[in-house]
Amino acid sequence: MTQENNEKTLLEGLAASDRKAIESIYRDNFNMVQSLVINNNGSADDAKDIFQETMIVLYEKARSGSFELNCQIKTFVYSISRRLWLKRLQQQNRFSTAGDSMEPVVPVEDELAGHEQRNAEFEMMENAINHLGEPCKSLIEAFYLQKQSMQEIAARFGYTNAENAKNQKYKCLMRLKKIFFTNYKNGNSDG
Amino acid sequence: MDDIKILDTVERYIRGEMRPDERLHFENLRKTNAEIDQLVVEHTLFLQQLNHFGERKELSSTLNELHTDLTEQGKIDSMKLKGKAKVVYLWKRYKRVAAIAASIAGITTITVTMLVNYLSPKAESAKVRELVNQVNNLDARTKQLDTKIDKVDKKSTKPVINTPARYNGTGFLIDGKGYLVTNSHVVKNSKNVYIQNNKGEQFRVKVVQLDLAKDVAILKIEDADFKPISYIPYGIRKAKTDIAEPIYTLGFPRNDEIVYGEGYLSAPTGFNGDTLSCQIAVAANPGNSGGPVFNHNGEVIGILSTKEVQAEGAVFAIQSKYIYQAIEELKKDTSYQKIKINSSSSVRGMDRVQQVNKIQDYVFMVKGD
Repeated sequence: MTQENNEKTLLEGLAASDRKAIESIYRDNFNMVQSLVINNNGSADDAKDIFQETMIVLYEKARSGSFELNCQIKTFVYSISRRLWLKRLQQQNRFSTAGDSMEPVVPVEDELAGHEQRNAEFEMMENAINHLGEPCKSLIEAFYLQKQSMQEIAARFGYTNAENAKNQKYKCLMRLKKIFFTNYKNGNSDG
Repeated sequence: MDDIKILDTVERYIRGEMRPDERLHFENLRKTNAEIDQLVVEHTLFLQQLNHFGERKELSSTLNELHTDLTEQGKIDSMKLKGKAKVVYLWKRYKRVAAIAASIAGITTITVTMLVNYLSPKAESAKVRELVNQVNNLDARTKQLDTKIDKVDKKSTKPVINTPARYNGTGFLIDGKGYLVTNSHVVKNSKNVYIQNNKGEQFRVKVVQLDLAKDVAILKIEDADFKPISYIPYGIRKAKTDIAEPIYTLGFPRNDEIVYGEGYLSAPTGFNGDTLSCQIAVAANPGNSGGPVFNHNGEVIGILSTKEVQAEGAVFAIQSKYIYQAIEELKKDTSYQKIKINSSSSVRGMDRVQQVNKIQDYVFMVKGD
């Protein structure tokens, strides 16, 4: 009972991007995933990639409103990592029979399908922002991601006043939206 | 400027920063103005995506920081593979490479071995069969009986040679006083050597010169029944013979009857470039060994000796100049100094049938036991 509560607290912490919670999950599960990957033709770097991607899937699941984990975090993490690693092996044509293991697995197709969709969206946004160029990129990041105020931004980027910064940010935002939605529509019609 | 204000308002609306009355006013505006409504929907989606992007980026950097921290604190053992784990890891990672490398090494080894085997000269005995006929005992006995019957029929007083022949080949006279040439491999294993001519007469001979390296043997007839011959119709050629020159052979591959064969000189050297011999194209079988090879002038150009087992029609003959060498060697012994060899043929210019007719009496079957 205590463990269940503990896991729930951990996931709530993860959803809130609480560093302690993330650290705890990381520490408890990384070695397991690392041995899975390394025992199946992978390197330590592969293990790190796979585990962190798994953490993102877990985070997304924790964030989603319909969040309900009906197995241990460990099992969930293992199942996700295993699928992700098998998929990567297949892409590299190095498929091996990973999965003959003692660990229990749960079906994770839905999570991974959602994750792939979000991955694609993430890449679209990343591409769009990288296409912007400076100073637009930093300006947008400062306002929308770091949530800085227009006054701070004006001071940081050397605009005479917040109004100027706002003008500049508007132009950048319009460009970013244009790039992003072009890709987004293409991506959706393609996919 | 207007657009900036509108967007600002939309963003404040999405973020829920509006006062209640302002919010009510804006929601009314949304209902009446489709353009504003569209903008709100689109911008909500966009901001969601942007937020999502921001969160993921932040999470990724947090995870990376954590990874470094935890590794430093030793709470996870990333990249700290030691001892057996390291070996297992390296093995797992590189076993494919190792397997491929091993396969390549294996294939290379096999290929090289095969190439070396293929290219390196073989022991001649493996590829070349000496054309001495190892008559089996049954054949020999039959032959012996035949001879006995012959002798009885002719009421000959000549004692029957009743040792079974184990080897037989061919030899030919080079000096009317009773000197013959054959291959040394025909006689080297025999204690007693006999010759038999086309008419079935047998004479006892002695091996007086045996050169195993050149495969030339000189025999001398030591039999009271043999009457010296004053003149031999063919000569032994000293010079080399040209490629494509027609040649013919006489020999005893059939154990009883002389057999004629013809062909041409196909190469100036023998097996694998052997300079002692030359290659001829002619039908040859066990029993032909030691037989003379004549050119169209009826000159002996060689002694038929071996044939290549793996190739059809490649027969080798010892070049005739080595007969002269053998004789020179023999002449060092004072008792053989009277040997004289013809170098010109009296059958020159005759047609082939006449040549063979004249020559065949001087070609003998050589038998050893």
